[in-house]
Amino acid sequence: MRHEVRVPISSDADLVPARAEGRALARELGFSQTDATLIATAISEIARNIVVHARSGELVMTGIQQPHRYGLVIVASDAGPGIPEIDTALERGHTSRRSLGLGLPGARRLMDEFEVETDAAKGTTVTMTKWRARDELERLRARRRERA
Amino acid sequence: MSVAILRQGDYLIASIQVDLSDSQVLELRDELSERIGRVRARGLIIDVAALDVIDSFVARSLGSIAITARLRGAETVITGIEPDVAIAMVQFDLDLAPLRTALDLDEALSLLDRLTQGAGEDEA
Ligand SMILES: Nc1ncnc2c1ncn2[C@@H]1O[C@H](COP(=O)(O)OP(=O)(O)OP(=O)(O)O)[C@@H](O)[C@H]1O
Ligand SMILES: [Mg+2]
Repeated sequence: MRHEVRVPISSDADLVPARAEGRALARELGFSQTDATLIATAISEIARNIVVHARSGELVMTGIQQPHRYGLVIVASDAGPGIPEIDTALERGHTSRRSLGLGLPGARRLMDEFEVETDAAKGTTVTMTKWRARDELERLRARRRERA
Repeated sequence: MSVAILRQGDYLIASIQVDLSDSQVLELRDELSERIGRVRARGLIIDVAALDVIDSFVARSLGSIAITARLRGAETVITGIEPDVAIAMVQFDLDLAPLRTALDLDEALSLLDRLTQGAGEDEA
């Protein structure tokens, strides 16, 4: 099983393999079809932001394993201009491009964890994680068994 | 070909065959707008099942195709939104209100029949 997938992003055409690779890795890691689609949708928004706002960058998608759970982490980085007011940019409807400002808040809702590191000198890195729902269920079941 | 566009009576049926890039989505919008005027279509069905996701860009583009089509005299129905894609759209909080959707081609055709009949009666 592959554990790390890199997708360079420099034009809107690169979103097509980025979505497909994200979906494929999610399925390999045992995510449901629905979760794989949520992940692919978040990837699409974040990769598009790289193309539109920073021109080029890279996605690194990695399967991670912790003692009780599996997850998929996506790190999207670019060396673009950074996001001046990150707190407002994360709110729905805030855009610098007369767009709708849906991308960042939408991607955040689709994932379990979402962090943005941004700096005018270094660019922007979005790190987002989704945990496999099955592990959460199994943990709940195990807890119930312990109590019974 | 990435999108097959067929004519059936007064309707155009655009079946997307593969996942599309943003530029291909915009080309499709322009192509459909031109074709609707040329064949004087009264209805447009877009089958989006082959799209990997419906994100903010695709949702917005489908909305603008529907608005353009209406300005050119045609109603639009979207079909082929898979259950997982619908769940993602809801969780994303995308506004679906401007889009008319149908479960399959048959339902899309009868919806268009009703919509375009209504328009005819209004004029009478
Ligand atoms: N990688 C990035 N580099 C620089 N600025 C960014 C980056 N990503 C987002 N931004 C900034 O954050 C704002 C909000 O991003 P968001 O994706 O929410 O909206 P948008 O891209 O403007 O519109 P939409 O995604 O709805 O088309 C953008 O307008 C842009 O100013
Ligand atoms: Mg965006």
